[in-house]
Amino acid sequence: MTALTDLMATDSIDRLNSEAGSLDPCLSVCHECDLLNRVPALPPDRAARCLRCGHVLFRNPANCVEKTLSLSVSALILWVVANVFPFLSFGLPGNLVETNLVSGVVSLYEQGQPILSVVVLITSIIAPALQIAGLIYVLAPLNRGLRLPQYKRVMRWMGYLKPWSMMEVFMLGILVSMVKLGGMADVIPGVALWAFCCLIVVLSWALSTLEPRVIWEKLDDAREAGATA
Amino acid sequence: MTTVSGNAMSASLTGCHTCGLVCRMGSGHHYVCPRCGSELHYRKARSVDRSTALVIAAFLFYLPANLLPITHTAALGKVQSDTIMSGVIYFISHGDWPLALVIFIASVAVPLLKLLILSYLLWTVRRRSSARPMDRTKLYRITEAVGRWSMVDVFVVTVLVALVQLGFLANIEAGPGALYFSMVVIITMFAAMAFDPRLIWDPIEENDEREN
Repeated sequence: MTALTDLMATDSIDRLNSEAGSLDPCLSVCHECDLLNRVPALPPDRAARCLRCGHVLFRNPANCVEKTLSLSVSALILWVVANVFPFLSFGLPGNLVETNLVSGVVSLYEQGQPILSVVVLITSIIAPALQIAGLIYVLAPLNRGLRLPQYKRVMRWMGYLKPWSMMEVFMLGILVSMVKLGGMADVIPGVALWAFCCLIVVLSWALSTLEPRVIWEKLDDAREAGATA
Repeated sequence: MTTVSGNAMSASLTGCHTCGLVCRMGSGHHYVCPRCGSELHYRKARSVDRSTALVIAAFLFYLPANLLPITHTAALGKVQSDTIMSGVIYFISHGDWPLALVIFIASVAVPLLKLLILSYLLWTVRRRSSARPMDRTKLYRITEAVGRWSMVDVFVVTVLVALVQLGFLANIEAGPGALYFSMVVIITMFAAMAFDPRLIWDPIEENDEREN
C-alpha cells in the first residue's frame, strides 16, 4: 500500500433508518468504536479510515487476488525449504551439531516439556503453514472465478490464526541466541534459515495485500467449483 | 467531528468481524452473518468479565514466569540455572546493552505493561468512563500490536535447547519458568482478544444522546 490517503464521509442515522429493508452498500461499521461510516468507492491502493477513531475500515489493494496468490505460492515453496534443509549448525570443527527448524520442538518434547513444545510448534511452523494453505485454497480457485466447498470456514480460520503465527518473533529469538552462543562456539546459518527469513517477508507481504472485503465481494460473485456453467 | 451521528448499535446494525458486511439485527439473541456464517454480536459476549478473569490468571502466572529458572545450563560438570532477569543481567555485565534492552523490554516490561494497560481499560469500562476515548483506544491498539513479541524468550530457549547438546562440554535444558512464561503471553493475548474496544466508546454515545 503506497500513499495511503484517507477518504471519509458519514451520513445521518435518521436517513439510514428511513431506508427500510435494503442497506446502503457504502455503509461500513468501525470494528473498534462501532461508528457507522459512509464511504464512497475507493480508488486502487487507498485506505478508508473511521472518521471518529482513525481505525482502517478497509483498503482497496490493486490486483488483490493475483498478487496475494503469487506471494502465497512463493511462501509455500519457502516453507518447504525452511523445514527440509539444515537450519543452524553449532559447535567446534569436528563436533558440529546440525539442527532443523523442528529440532527445538523435538528437544523440548524429549526434555519433558510437551506443552511448551506444542506452543512453539504451532506458532513457528503449523500456523504459518495453515495460513499459506488457506490462502492458496481460497485464492487459486477465486483467480478463475470459482470457490471450493467450506471456503467460508477457511476464511474464518484465517482470521483466528493470524495472531498465533509468530515467525518474526522466532527470528528475533534466533538472533538473540546466536549472540548468546557466539562466544562459546561457531554458529553457522544453514539454507533453511535464509529461506525462513524470506518466508517471513513474503508471508507478511501476502497478508498485507489481502483485503478481506475485496475477497468476500469476489467470493459472492464466484461460481461453485464443479458446477456446470 | 461533531457531525458524527451515532454508532451502528443504535441503528440496530452491526459489522461482521470476519467479512465486514453490515448486518441488520433484530430482537433475538443468535444472529449469523448471511455472507460468511460468522456469529454476530453487538458487543463481544461477556467481554469485561472474560477479559478480567484472563488478566487475573496472567498476573498469577507472571510471578513464577519471572522467579523460576527458564534454562538449566550444564557446562563442564557445573549446572547453572537462569531466570529471565539473570539473562538480562548477564548481557549487561558483558557490555551487551542493546541485547539486554531487547530482552528486558520484550520479556519483563511488555507483559507487565500489557497487563496494566488491560486492567486500566477494564476498570474505566466498568465505571463507564467517558474520558479520553481516543487515547484509550490507542492503548488498546498498542497491547494488540506488541503482545506477541514477549514470546521471544520462549523461542530463545527453544533454539538454545536445540543447539547446545555437546554432551559433557555443554548442555542446556528448558526450566519450568519457560512454560509459565509462554502461558503469560498466551493468556494475555486471549485477554486482549476478549476485550471489546467498542465498550470504550459506548458511554460517549450515551452522553451525546442525553444532550440532544
